[in-house]
Amino acid sequence: MTVAADTRAPAPAPAPRNRRTGTLARSRRREAIALVMPSLIPILVLSVAPLVMGLALAFTDARLVRHPDYGFAGVDNFTKLLGNSFFWDSLRIGLIWTVGVTVLQLAASMGLALLLNSGLRLQGLTRVLALIPWAMPPVVVAIMWQMIYSANGGPLNAVLGSIGLPDDINWLGDFSTALPAVIVVGVWVGMPQTTVTLLAGLQQIPQDLHEAASVDGAGAWRRFTAVTWPSLRPIVASITSLNFIWNFNSFSLVYVLTAGGPGGKTMVPVLFIYLEAFKNRNIGYAAAMGLVLVIIVVALLAVYLRSQFRDDRAGQGR
Amino acid sequence: MRALLRPAQYLALAAYILFLGFPLLWLISASVKSSGELNSLSVNLLPRQWQWDNYADALDRQGLVHSAGNSLVVALVSTALVILIALPASYVLARLKGRIRAAGVGWILTSQVFPVVLVILPLFLILRTLGLADSLAGLTLVHTTYTLPFALWMLQGYVTAIPVDLEEAGAMDGAGRWTVLRRIVFPLLAPGIVATAMFSFVSSWNEFFFALVLLQSPENYTLPITLNMFIGGEGKVALGPLAAGAVLAAIPSIVFFTILRRRLTSGLMAGAVKG
Repeated sequence: MTVAADTRAPAPAPAPRNRRTGTLARSRRREAIALVMPSLIPILVLSVAPLVMGLALAFTDARLVRHPDYGFAGVDNFTKLLGNSFFWDSLRIGLIWTVGVTVLQLAASMGLALLLNSGLRLQGLTRVLALIPWAMPPVVVAIMWQMIYSANGGPLNAVLGSIGLPDDINWLGDFSTALPAVIVVGVWVGMPQTTVTLLAGLQQIPQDLHEAASVDGAGAWRRFTAVTWPSLRPIVASITSLNFIWNFNSFSLVYVLTAGGPGGKTMVPVLFIYLEAFKNRNIGYAAAMGLVLVIIVVALLAVYLRSQFRDDRAGQGR
Repeated sequence: MRALLRPAQYLALAAYILFLGFPLLWLISASVKSSGELNSLSVNLLPRQWQWDNYADALDRQGLVHSAGNSLVVALVSTALVILIALPASYVLARLKGRIRAAGVGWILTSQVFPVVLVILPLFLILRTLGLADSLAGLTLVHTTYTLPFALWMLQGYVTAIPVDLEEAGAMDGAGRWTVLRRIVFPLLAPGIVATAMFSFVSSWNEFFFALVLLQSPENYTLPITLNMFIGGEGKVALGPLAAGAVLAAIPSIVFFTILRRRLTSGLMAGAVKG
């Protein structure tokens, strides 16, 4: 009955309804802006504005004093940077740290995720343990590892000594061991999270793919390269990119563990910039370093993601 | 070969659990060892004699308790602010299609890869201009701002999970927008709000870099900064109380993250896969 009534008189409806949805949409948009505003203001003032200013400061000779009085310096900071061997050193160290942590994290996590996915017990325990390193304050993590690495009564040296290896290594204080020791801590912090993510990815791969490959006579390695890896690739690409950026930007851990020492052997760029800005008070110069850093990270990521993309296309063509 | 596979797998797993868990055990053990035992060269995982004096000592250090109070205030206020301002915005992000949503999601993802080092110098200058440098209020605002993107991301995920039909049904029954939100959306969103609040509390509680740069007066130090001062400080470091303080500082985060672990993993997954 009502249906019939509707079909009988459709004509007068459209125009006013359109006008009404028009005002409705407009008032909804105003409402939406009002609801978003409280988030937008702090983000604009404390996040977007500093970013823009950071870019601008890189071209000034600003120094950290009570009343900053500074001028345009053009590309002076950048030309000065080219000749600063300490900055290049820190870039090199930063790359070793970042690539080291990211690659070790990925390799170890991949192995572990495959292990956990092969039906071992203790999955629950592993997952609970997994979030702990990531949840702990970086300062606490650093204090903990300083105790582990301690040259006086540290458990690491004790274990080495008990199996007849040198047991008097000052892990964080020695030129040759400091950077590797710090990298291990970085892996410790990031690996569990990477593992959990990879495991979740592994569990999304349909089991019959593996079974089909098995029936075709594929061994474990072949199954990994033919089934697991291709399905996991998008996840690997994104967590590698994210880990890379996080590790490159990570400050607290290295700062508390070694403060860049010994002799600058663990002076990652972020730390170097922090010291340049807040100890040497060269804000403009430090900002220029920051800008160079960002460009390098973005460039490296672009190359990496591009290679991933190209492989994808090649894979599809096959 | 095949028979050896399982034991080898368990061995690898054991090695991982040891790698993951041992440092933590060592820290806890150090926190209950006597100073005599800590300073001797003897190395044993379990203390010869359990004693809790280190915890009393840690709490006795005025700096530690005071800065824990600062951390608590900053974390609680910034959490409240994050939820208050993220809730309406996340609702819009989840329910609105079009440019605002695209811009919002774009910003959330970009901000995750933000180079903080480029931001920290001007941020310091802006806060100084606002008269908020070296203040807990300034630090609270910074923590709020930098936790917001991820909180928005989490919350809008929870809103998306609530079927729009439910809201429409409510509206059809004559309930106004606000009633629908209060009676239908908020109750369903409660677990998501709790999870987001815990996450933002922990982020602020653990945060080190901003606090290090922005706070200069010792009476404003947060817990991570004070702990760091204890290591970096001149003179002999009292290892026992330091370990005890570190354990105390880690407890809230670990408890919250253990409760949260499923939700966070799925949230991070979404971020990782889409990011």
